[in-house]
Amino acid sequence: MLITRKVEFSASHLCYHPGFSEERNRAIYGAAANKHGHGHNYILEVSLDGAPDPVTGMVFDLKTLKDVLNQEIVDVMDHRFLNYEVPPFDTIVPTVENVAIEIWRRLEPHFKEKVRLKNVRLYETEDLYVDYAGQ
Amino acid sequence: MSTTPANDIRLSRRYRFSASHRLYSDELSETENRAIFGKCANPYGHGHDYVLDVRVRGPLDRETGRIIDLDTLDTLVRETILGPFEHSNLNVDIPEFQSSLVPTTENLALVIEHRLAGEWKSRFASPPLERVKLDRIKIEETRRNIFEVSSSYE
Repeated sequence: MLITRKVEFSASHLCYHPGFSEERNRAIYGAAANKHGHGHNYILEVSLDGAPDPVTGMVFDLKTLKDVLNQEIVDVMDHRFLNYEVPPFDTIVPTVENVAIEIWRRLEPHFKEKVRLKNVRLYETEDLYVDYAGQ
Repeated sequence: MSTTPANDIRLSRRYRFSASHRLYSDELSETENRAIFGKCANPYGHGHDYVLDVRVRGPLDRETGRIIDLDTLDTLVRETILGPFEHSNLNVDIPEFQSSLVPTTENLALVIEHRLAGEWKSRFASPPLERVKLDRIKIEETRRNIFEVSSSYE
C-alpha cells in the first residue's frame, strides 16, 4: 500500500552553470539563469510503500513522517536561497531534477525497515514537476 | 556532487488549450448516439478547457542537471498541439477527426501522443539530452474526467 504526504516550502534559486558561457546558460535555463535569482512555492509529495501494521492499522506513523519531512527538507530548504545556503547546490545547479534527487538522498535512509521510500514528486510550479524513485 | 544514481527521472509539463467537440458517429443511429454519448451528441457541440500533461523520462545529464531541454519540448508542443488545437473545433479543424474518428478525450490523447511521437526523434536528436523518451500523455477534459495513455514510442 502506498501512502503519500504533501509538504510545501518556498525557496529561491537560479539555474546557472559557471562553466558555461552566458549564451549557453540562457539557452539551457532561460529566464531561470537571471543572475539575482527568483523563487518558487515548491510542493513535495512523498510516497511510502508498506503494509498496514496489524495492530495500529497504519503503514507508517504520520507524525514521524511529518517530523522527518520537516527536519530533512522544510527546515533545510524553506525560505532559503538554495544556491547559497543549501549544499550541494553550491556546486550543482538546483534544477527541479537535482532538487528532487537531493530530497530522495536525504529521505531514503529514514525508511529502511517496515516501509520503503517509493517516490518523490516535486512540483516547481503547477505546470512543471518531476518524479524520482531512486533509480 | 551527489553520488545517487539518476538514470530514470520522469518530468511532467502541463499545458492548456480550449477547444470544442461533438461526440457523434455517423455509423450509429440517432438513438444509439444519444444512448452512448448523451448530451455530448448535441448537434452544435460544446467545449472544454483541456489540461494536457506531457511526461518524459530519461537519465540526468549531470552537467546541466536536466533530462530534457524544456524550450525544445515547449516548442514541439506549441507547434504540433497548442497552435492547431487552441480555440479549435476538434471535429472540423483537426484532420485526424475529420473522418470517422470521434473526438473523445481517449482519441484526443492518442492523437496527441501520435503527433508528439512522430516528431520526437528529429527534435531530440542531439547530445547530451538525446536519451529522453516520451513517456505518457494525460489529459484532463474536466477536473473530474482524466485520461492517460502510455507512449508506445521507443
